[in-house]
Amino acid sequence: MKANGTVFKFGDNVDTDVIIPARYLNSSDPKELAVHCMEDIDKDFVNKVKKGDIIVANKNFGCGSSREHAPIAIKAAGVSCVIAETFARIFYRNAINIGLPIIECPEAAKAIEAGDEVEVDFDSGMIYDKTKGTEYKGQAFPEFMQKIIKAEGLVNYINAQYK
Amino acid sequence: MGMTMTQKILAAAAGLDKVEAGQLIEANLDLVLGNDITSPVAIHEMDKMTVDTVFNKDKVALVMDHFIPNKDIKSAEHCKCVREFACKHDITNYFDVGEMGIEHALLPEKGLTVAGDVIIGADSHTCTYGALGAFSTGVGSTDMAAGMATGKAWFKVPSAIKFNLVGKPAKWVSGKDVILHIIGMIGVDGALYRSMEFAGEGIQHLSMDDRFTIANMAIEAGGKNGIFPVDEVAEAYMKAHSRRAYKIYEADEDAVYDEEYTIDLSTLKPTVAFPHLPENTKTLDEITEDVVIDQAVIGSCTNGRIDDLRIAAEILKGRKVKKGVRCIVIPATQSIYLQAMDEGLLRIFIEAGAVVSTPTCGPCLGGYMGILAEGERCISTTNRNFVGRMGHVDSEVYLASPAVAAASAVTGKISGPEELGL
Repeated sequence: MKANGTVFKFGDNVDTDVIIPARYLNSSDPKELAVHCMEDIDKDFVNKVKKGDIIVANKNFGCGSSREHAPIAIKAAGVSCVIAETFARIFYRNAINIGLPIIECPEAAKAIEAGDEVEVDFDSGMIYDKTKGTEYKGQAFPEFMQKIIKAEGLVNYINAQYK
Repeated sequence: MGMTMTQKILAAAAGLDKVEAGQLIEANLDLVLGNDITSPVAIHEMDKMTVDTVFNKDKVALVMDHFIPNKDIKSAEHCKCVREFACKHDITNYFDVGEMGIEHALLPEKGLTVAGDVIIGADSHTCTYGALGAFSTGVGSTDMAAGMATGKAWFKVPSAIKFNLVGKPAKWVSGKDVILHIIGMIGVDGALYRSMEFAGEGIQHLSMDDRFTIANMAIEAGGKNGIFPVDEVAEAYMKAHSRRAYKIYEADEDAVYDEEYTIDLSTLKPTVAFPHLPENTKTLDEITEDVVIDQAVIGSCTNGRIDDLRIAAEILKGRKVKKGVRCIVIPATQSIYLQAMDEGLLRIFIEAGAVVSTPTCGPCLGGYMGILAEGERCISTTNRNFVGRMGHVDSEVYLASPAVAAASAVTGKISGPEELGL
């Protein structure tokens, strides 16, 4: 499985309140949430983002609230992968559980710039910056998490266990 | 190599003699929590599962607290979804209007969280129950659904940072100042993926409510959980509130910590976190220019307990909220509300010109009951001051203790009780 897209770049500590402000949490519909994705940090994000595009951020991406609405909004907005130096732990779990691909890679997070064309190979964990002609090795998931990812989320994984 | 307190609880819940940091385990859960925002998503996910009911109707807690009494039609639909689910599955611990409180104040008060428990909640501040010596951590809705269905959750066993608390805090220094000091010191990702284990003789000077406040904000340092040793204060609290048996775990003497800090509580000063991160802390004496405020909020899962209201009332008694400032007091549970009424605190607040709200998370996350306009500033006893957290994207939230929030409400600018001659 691969992701290919244009990069939107963010800094440190992108919190779940800017990913999806609480004023929209009276809905849990992915399509409605996607319309407001990243609204309080980049008003034009939803107008610019195309299906398959990639978010690259620095440390502690997704900090704050446990709202699963945050990775849901990002996924529903069409984003194919989030690369960050580090992720906040609840966001990390949530992304895996709902099937939003994420990769921790400090080197890629630092070097890749907004607008770069990037390809991510999830099987190998390799990240290619096609604009710059550079490549990075992302941190591999433990085997247990790979099983959840292969099942496309925790629900399918549990269904397979409790048949 | 010994285990930390957190590791011991997790080992027992996983049926293992020993665990070590980094190990992936599956642990049995004592409680699975959700609220009116996160539960509807969890219920929807559980509908997709082949498991057709909850693992134990007594070990699921559904607390309607974020947007209720319903702030709009969509919120009402969410609550209706949870209400129907609770009814269908005969959920024992379902708390709706009239019984509810802010979840992390309510569950300990109802005796549903005790030492030794393993608790997950689809709310990031679930880490609060570590104050009682439980392992508790925030998760998302899909984890909540899996927890409700199976009674289990997977965890990566965390390593830990140890905070040795020594000394006795000064009169107006509270648990809020302790945790803001720590977050200011280690940063909003300073404890990422790790436990924050508190220890030391200084703990005896912290009330149960102070400890709840400290454990509550472990997540604001990125922590997986915050946990306190169980002493007489914690035992007395559990005996007064719960009929459940609790189990006391202690860290091994040779437990290994990633880092250790010693904090002398007697040296701490009232602390304020400036926009837009909880790590942007300044002590009151470091604030050199007037920070004029439009609103003061005293409440939330962090600081809406009776101790917090007593401190605020001590400051507001016989004084007036400055003209032009809105002061909003939110007792965290019905029981705290009643207690505040019996003690005459509500009269003090109302006579001072504050409003007293029904329990709700309300303004803390910009839901309702105190939303900020463009350019407005709020001093708040809540837990986050992110961009747009309490309203307009260009509004500002300053985090502080109930003492500082109440004093600021009177002066109209960020102030300590000393400025009022207290």
